[in-house]
Amino acid sequence: MWTICRKELADHFSSARFLILLCLILMVALVSTYMAATNVREALEGMSKPSQVFLLLFSTPGRFFSLVQFIAFFGPLLGIIMGFDAINRERQHRTLAKLVSQPIFRDAVINGKFLAGVITVAVALLSLMLLLAGMGLMTVGVVPGQEEIGRLVIYLIVSIAYVSFWLGLAILFSILFRSLATSALAAVALWIFFSFFIGFASDLVADAVSPINNPRDTEEVVANRRVADAASLASPAVLYSQATSTILDPYRRSRSNLVLTGLMERLSLERFQNPLPLDQSILVVWPYLTLLAALTLICFGLSYVVFMRQEIRSV
Amino acid sequence: MAAIIHTEGLTRRYGRQTAVDGLTFEILEREIFGFLGPNGAGKTTTILMLLGLTEPTSGTARVLGFDPAHDPLEIKRHVGYLPENVGFYDDLTGAENLRYMARLNQLPEDKARAQVAMALTTVGLDGEDDKLVGAYSRGMRQRLGIAELLVKDPKLLILDEPTLGLDPDGTNKMLDLIVSLSRDRGMTVMLSSHQLEQVQRICSRVGIMIKGKLVALGTIKELAKRELGDAGPSLEEIYMRYFKET
Repeated sequence: MWTICRKELADHFSSARFLILLCLILMVALVSTYMAATNVREALEGMSKPSQVFLLLFSTPGRFFSLVQFIAFFGPLLGIIMGFDAINRERQHRTLAKLVSQPIFRDAVINGKFLAGVITVAVALLSLMLLLAGMGLMTVGVVPGQEEIGRLVIYLIVSIAYVSFWLGLAILFSILFRSLATSALAAVALWIFFSFFIGFASDLVADAVSPINNPRDTEEVVANRRVADAASLASPAVLYSQATSTILDPYRRSRSNLVLTGLMERLSLERFQNPLPLDQSILVVWPYLTLLAALTLICFGLSYVVFMRQEIRSV
Repeated sequence: MAAIIHTEGLTRRYGRQTAVDGLTFEILEREIFGFLGPNGAGKTTTILMLLGLTEPTSGTARVLGFDPAHDPLEIKRHVGYLPENVGFYDDLTGAENLRYMARLNQLPEDKARAQVAMALTTVGLDGEDDKLVGAYSRGMRQRLGIAELLVKDPKLLILDEPTLGLDPDGTNKMLDLIVSLSRDRGMTVMLSSHQLEQVQRICSRVGIMIKGKLVALGTIKELAKRELGDAGPSLEEIYMRYFKET
């Protein structure tokens, strides 16, 4: 397994498409952090006692979007690009039959490829964060506290898990579809659906399950929103963005929709404007993280089963 | 002589279709066995079952004393399988391809280096080992395929159409290579092909498989005597006779 992992790693880091995508991400990330840093500096001028400023670097929107939104958007693409041809490229180049007739377990092939992908993602994201943090230090001049570093580390881990989900999905498609183009398109289509259309889809589901007959009936509206929220949780993109925004924003203490917040909860939100401690933030997002991990495992498990049962032929 | 491969009623069905039907045969140590049959006769399926890459529906097989359904790793450690139209990682050099195979076989680094050099010399590619495989000619790729098998120093070679698409000179080189591996290194060879005169040139025994069934098994002389009553004809005549019957 480590042999395959090692070879795949070498392939990833030297492949043109990975380098191009990484450069693109790096460039946009640098620009957006720079803008965010400028905004943060301006905003800080009027404040008397700012806290957890360093995190703002990552979650403040620059001109267009914050870094977090950007990773939520482009992370999946990174995963897809590394995974969509994992198995069917070997099939197309007729190396798969040869590979599985070596004295290795068959699952070592996908385990090795998945692991190599995860390591690549981890290296890419870690270096990206370190670079941006360094830049933030220089432009804003704030040193991150212990808790902020903790939050960033968790954010990094969640992001790696999120990209791994897409990697697993792409590998699954590369097993299911013989043609490279089909598996790439299928993965991208799913990505677009989960990232952009999940809002409409969950509204549709909500309207079907508990329709709003009378818009002034609060019960109905609340029920409708509840279903819509639950339905949108099927999307890993929603899970991810909810989880990371809570982790990076200590002032967020609830993950529910504003319509669904109860009176007491809203009162307390308005009264007590203190940041949540780190462990409490984690508690808030714990269900999201579990769900995300479960989705990743399901994807990988499915690829595993399909690949183990699949007939390997050279023709 | 001991049997290297031994199967007993080996059968594989895909849905209603029977790809391999009750195959019983033996391959003896150090022989070159020709496995003949038209396309789609079940030759490749048989090979996959022998390597444990496909489970048989019924029947048993023994390869080098191991059961492929239970001990595929032991078999794959000692059997070199050259698939039909084998592929390579085109963005690596010939030597790098071989080194990867050596690592997959868990050879220690210094032994791997020696084995790779030896394999390249044996197939006559020792001057070309630092070229990218993408630039290799078809004949060179086929020989590189053999070199990949030699890296693990196998006891048994299973070659699926090793001469397909080669020019006459390449074909001759390939056949000479196979014969020398069998004679000088004591390897057993199972050669699947439908290029009859080549098989006749190098194989000691043949089996003819048509529509999943083994219809003939024996030395070419035996088959000729049994079918045509004289020992002189070519394998092609024997083959066509069986082919027309079924």
